[in-house]
Amino acid sequence: MSVSAPTALVAQADRLSFVEAIEFLLVPRESVTGGVQVGGVGEMLQLTANHMLLSALAVAIACAIALPLGLWLGHVGRGEFFAVSVSNVGRAVPTLALIAFFIAFVGIGFANVLAALTVLAIPPLLTNTYVGVRGVDPDAVDAALGMGMGEAQIVRRVELPLAIRSIFGGVQLAAISVVATAILGPLASVATLGTPIVSVNVYGQAGLLGAAILVAVLAVLVYLALTALQRAVTPRGLRAGREPPGLERRIPFLDRRSAQPT
Amino acid sequence: MSAVELVVAQLEIRSRRGGTCVSENGFCPGWIVDNLWRYVDPLVQHVILTVVSVAAGFAIAFGLALLAHRRQWLTPPISAFTSVLYTIPSVAAFLLLLPVTGRTTLTAIIALVAYTQVFLFRNAINGLGNVPEDTKDAARGMGLTDREVLWRVELPLAVPEVLAGLRVATVTTVNLATLAFFAGAGGLGAQIYQDITFRSNVVVAGGLAVLLAAACDLLILGGQRLATPWRRAAVA
Repeated sequence: MSVSAPTALVAQADRLSFVEAIEFLLVPRESVTGGVQVGGVGEMLQLTANHMLLSALAVAIACAIALPLGLWLGHVGRGEFFAVSVSNVGRAVPTLALIAFFIAFVGIGFANVLAALTVLAIPPLLTNTYVGVRGVDPDAVDAALGMGMGEAQIVRRVELPLAIRSIFGGVQLAAISVVATAILGPLASVATLGTPIVSVNVYGQAGLLGAAILVAVLAVLVYLALTALQRAVTPRGLRAGREPPGLERRIPFLDRRSAQPT
Repeated sequence: MSAVELVVAQLEIRSRRGGTCVSENGFCPGWIVDNLWRYVDPLVQHVILTVVSVAAGFAIAFGLALLAHRRQWLTPPISAFTSVLYTIPSVAAFLLLLPVTGRTTLTAIIALVAYTQVFLFRNAINGLGNVPEDTKDAARGMGLTDREVLWRVELPLAVPEVLAGLRVATVTTVNLATLAFFAGAGGLGAQIYQDITFRSNVVVAGGLAVLLAAACDLLILGGQRLATPWRRAAVA
């Protein structure tokens, strides 16, 4: 029975800490070490902006590298082993180990963290793009060839739109893991939402929990935003909730595209 | 006294690190051999975290898949829920559970189990759904009851896809468990974090995590070959 009293106290303190965490996000307070104001809407917005900038840059650079490569490999049907196993290898390398490797061997700072996050984002993008393009119905490609499209046109107007759902799956996976791993940025002296987590001795438990809440909400919002974006860019004939596109649907789709002057 | 002893021990480590390789922060095979013992406990913790989380996650996902297989309308909401769970950054999940379950291995395991669901559930439900209708018809024609069809036809045929999900879930769990030290659960990640600028440490701890993931992957692959003898026969 002597145990139950302290346990109850701890439970009470813990319930308090969630409230305190929200309070930390809204109102600045003096740091645990004293002398500095931490938390509050201003600093959290600043950290969120840094976090998003870092993540968005990493995903954008990874897209610029992986999408053309995946489209090309998928189009010519080569490098299957490479394109598929790169994501298996990527999955097996712990994100913390990747960041640590960059810190220990390359150095700290924005550019290095950006490079590490880009490396992290490439495998899911490359594999999903490749798999998406390989999954395009060969008849659709044949039809496009028969209509006189060149290789580049086939990639851009047939394979890319038909693979868009798989590609966006890759973008989502990449974005989720980049946003999650950017939390480790402060280990390499890059301020992100991970700062209150890594520097818990300055920000305190409330800061730790507050940042965790904020970064979780942010990740879910990014996921939902990308889902909405995917809906918006998916060709109408391929949208979810419809029957899988049959030939009669695909031909008007190709028709409309090829009717435009090239 | 123990604090003093600890300091002395650390000083000894520092002095041993005085060798040129270590002080120049190179990749030091000598240091690694001398200090391999440091990685034994974290590795064991890592293995326990992975095995317990994947086993518990598998039991839950398998149950959910059987339920959703019978009541098809449950599949989309469960899928959506597991996807959203997977979206939450693991560091945040470990920290958000702290006020609820404390700095324990259990906290880490709860979060890791949550992350396995997206792979395990999706593959199990797809595997069960991809069994050809003709095969099930044939089984019913042979007089099998619904329960027998499930256990003797559908589940065996779903094994490859279920195990494919298990492989991805296991490798992902090994990866995410490197962050379990945020929940106070140790593991190889704690070792990386402790001395993140020391190259030999990063290579050994990170390398062990990658090797563990590869070993788990091969183990399940081997299990799959044993569990689906008809596939080998078809290939041979």
